[in-house]
Amino acid sequence: MAAMTTARPKSGPSEGRPSVVQTFLSRHGGMMPTFAAVAILILLFIGGEIFLRGDFIKPLTISNLLINYAYLLVLAVGMTFVILTGGIDLSVGSVMAFTGMLGAKLLADGLPVGIAVPAMLLGGAAIGLFIGILVQYFGVQPFIASLAGLFLGRGLAFIVSLNSIKVEDPAVLWLQSTRIKVGDWVITPTGIIALITVAIAAFVLHLTRFGRTIYAIGGSEQSARLMGLKVGRTKIAAYVISGTCAGLAGLLLTAYSNAGYPRNGIGTELDAIAAVVIGGTLLTGGRGYVLGSMIGVFVYGTIKTIINFMGAEQAWMQIIVGSLLLLFIVVQRAIVARAEGRR
Amino acid sequence: MNADTDVPPIVEMRGITIRFPGVLALDNVDFTLRPGEIHSLMGENGAGKSTLIKALTGVYAIDSGSISIVGERQTFSTAADAQDAGISTVYQEVNLCANLSVGENVMLGHEKRRSTGIDWKATHSEAARHLASLGLTLDTRSILASHSIAIQQLVAISRAMVLDAKVLILDEPTSSLDRGEVEQLFGIMRDLRDKGVAILFVSHFLDQVYEISDRITVLRNGALVGEHPIAELPRDALVTKMIGRELEDLASIASTSHRDIDRTGTPVVKATGLGKRGVLEPADLEIYEGEVVGIAGLLGSGRTELVRLLYGADRADEGTVEVHGRHVRLHQPRQAIEHRISLSSENRREEGVVADLTVAENIVLGMQARQGWLRKIPKKDQDAVVQEYIEALGVRPANPNALVGNLSGGNQQKVLLARWLATAPELLVLDEPTRGIDVGAKADIQRKVAELSAQGLSVIFISSELEEVLRMAQRVVVLRDRKKIGELEAATTDLDDLIDYIANAGEGSAA
Repeated sequence: MAAMTTARPKSGPSEGRPSVVQTFLSRHGGMMPTFAAVAILILLFIGGEIFLRGDFIKPLTISNLLINYAYLLVLAVGMTFVILTGGIDLSVGSVMAFTGMLGAKLLADGLPVGIAVPAMLLGGAAIGLFIGILVQYFGVQPFIASLAGLFLGRGLAFIVSLNSIKVEDPAVLWLQSTRIKVGDWVITPTGIIALITVAIAAFVLHLTRFGRTIYAIGGSEQSARLMGLKVGRTKIAAYVISGTCAGLAGLLLTAYSNAGYPRNGIGTELDAIAAVVIGGTLLTGGRGYVLGSMIGVFVYGTIKTIINFMGAEQAWMQIIVGSLLLLFIVVQRAIVARAEGRR
Repeated sequence: MNADTDVPPIVEMRGITIRFPGVLALDNVDFTLRPGEIHSLMGENGAGKSTLIKALTGVYAIDSGSISIVGERQTFSTAADAQDAGISTVYQEVNLCANLSVGENVMLGHEKRRSTGIDWKATHSEAARHLASLGLTLDTRSILASHSIAIQQLVAISRAMVLDAKVLILDEPTSSLDRGEVEQLFGIMRDLRDKGVAILFVSHFLDQVYEISDRITVLRNGALVGEHPIAELPRDALVTKMIGRELEDLASIASTSHRDIDRTGTPVVKATGLGKRGVLEPADLEIYEGEVVGIAGLLGSGRTELVRLLYGADRADEGTVEVHGRHVRLHQPRQAIEHRISLSSENRREEGVVADLTVAENIVLGMQARQGWLRKIPKKDQDAVVQEYIEALGVRPANPNALVGNLSGGNQQKVLLARWLATAPELLVLDEPTRGIDVGAKADIQRKVAELSAQGLSVIFISSELEEVLRMAQRVVVLRDRKKIGELEAATTDLDDLIDYIANAGEGSAA
């Protein structure tokens, strides 16, 4: 808590020079949920190690997290932008399915990758733009606008084809089949794409004016507008980014499963939202980190891996993720309440 | 350095008209601002000050009229347009992002950049420089929410200076500042004026207006009354122009409120040793029927905290509360309301009125709370009660179907008061009911409170304006540094006594 320079008979419990802890809290209090996510991830690893008697913490398990959940990571990155503005994007699961189908269909019709992949990204961006315009210019609630996007995406996926379309293009298959080994660590081009997406997003959010405007809108949209920030186009851009990420995730998932399938990604938007929230981003916007969302995806992936290893019922997955989500929302509320109480 | 009339104006607004649903907010208003002057915009609440400012800053579109900046005709459709033309604004309610750091709030949209993106180090040191020019040394990396509202207000002003504005608009910047902070602000305003910046200043503190202004423009009911150099407009003339009627009412309120209270019976509400660690040291408080108890003290002395504990909005660690001599548990506002205690918060925009509902709906909310939510109140009764309050409090426009969000601050406060009165309280707690509102609305509210207390309503009245506390109350409870230091009888205390008591008392004799 900083003191004013003017001498005034100000009282308060915290007089004098602020301690290191106070300074840290006043600067980085918003990071606490993300730290909590890291702690949970470590606990999960230790738990996995104990359950599986020393067969869990090894490079392959961790590498597989990135290989298997690259698509979810990319979705979570896009979702982070939208949630930071205080919005939500329910469309990403079905947009991912649609763009996957679109790409598979274009490739099956003999078009080159150089056309199919940009078409996938543009398809995702277009649906994002549609949602953004509904939210910004028509004042539709993000929940409803993106629900419309969800139905639209799913419908379009089925229009492309009712059945799965196999992908045989070598360039797309290469994305998943190539194993780049560094010692015992393994990574695929899909994993690298996901990591690059995270890096770009972190750069944009923390080192560009556009990124800071995203945070400002989440803090107070009205204030951001009165400060002369470009609120309208930034909000729309957040949905376009989320849509484009969904398009990219469509590519990654297609590479992963060697096919486009119109029923892919049902409910995946909720997994992405869960990962973002577990990673410490506030659902009301303005606070959170894209690296936190990455941790959130790893937490999600680790739980799923442990359940697979244990051979337990998949339903437990839902219960555990649900409980974690609840826990994190409560933790966030407590932190926000504390921050407000400190004033 | 008073600006001469022959200096070419920097802002010229001609024939500005703005209509809102059901309200003619501005009617053919002219306004001129010249470089190197501090120009006060005066008027009652609802006179159109805020609307005029929002027209100039691009927040509201004008229905007719023209705006010229340095002789060039402009149409602003967003706040960004106005900022680009060199107009920057500090609004009454702090409009910053509490989730971001202090430095970022100062610099948002103007961050220092290099090829690898925002240069945070340079950005923060630039922010620190601007804060330092206001005499503030803050950790620019700390989150804004961790600072008091007063500091946030000064941060907002620093932000306005980053823009290198030709025109600086300060809309009630002083309402949450203490004396020293106001002096600091005025020093900065004078500096800027001497550098040729045109400053538009809005304040409801007449002393401050006369201390700082070169020129005054007066609005009333959305229309221009006149523009005058400060030296040619004595205070009484200004007040008359603002409210359009003589105001001896305030004095007559004092005479009705200074009556004797029978304090022999059981108090309506009695708190004993009410306190919370780190918030308020245990304090006693008694309120008798028909009594107005004022609470005086500096900002942050624990005034709001005391009544929030009493009301159950915050939970007390210790102490007991009795209503009509019976012990009660007040751990939630709902329990307080059941015991006929109502609290009107100082934060009327966030904790008070529902801006998206109409005047009538807001008032009916209060009636419904008393009735229980399931029992329907006949439309005819609703209308009658709503009409009664609109008339009794002089809500303007007197239209029950106007959206509360479109009303001025003073009229929102009247609606809020009406809503609490509709719950038929025995004890009404008013926390800063007149903050940020003008003389006319203030008089309306004070008159109504005095009248109701004469009929037996008990009132706790909190205000930063000590004169007002002395005028309204029979007894004044004084707080300092989160501790009750004593009580004074209002009738035998004058302003100087009270100030002296707040500053020095402790061992002095409490009445």
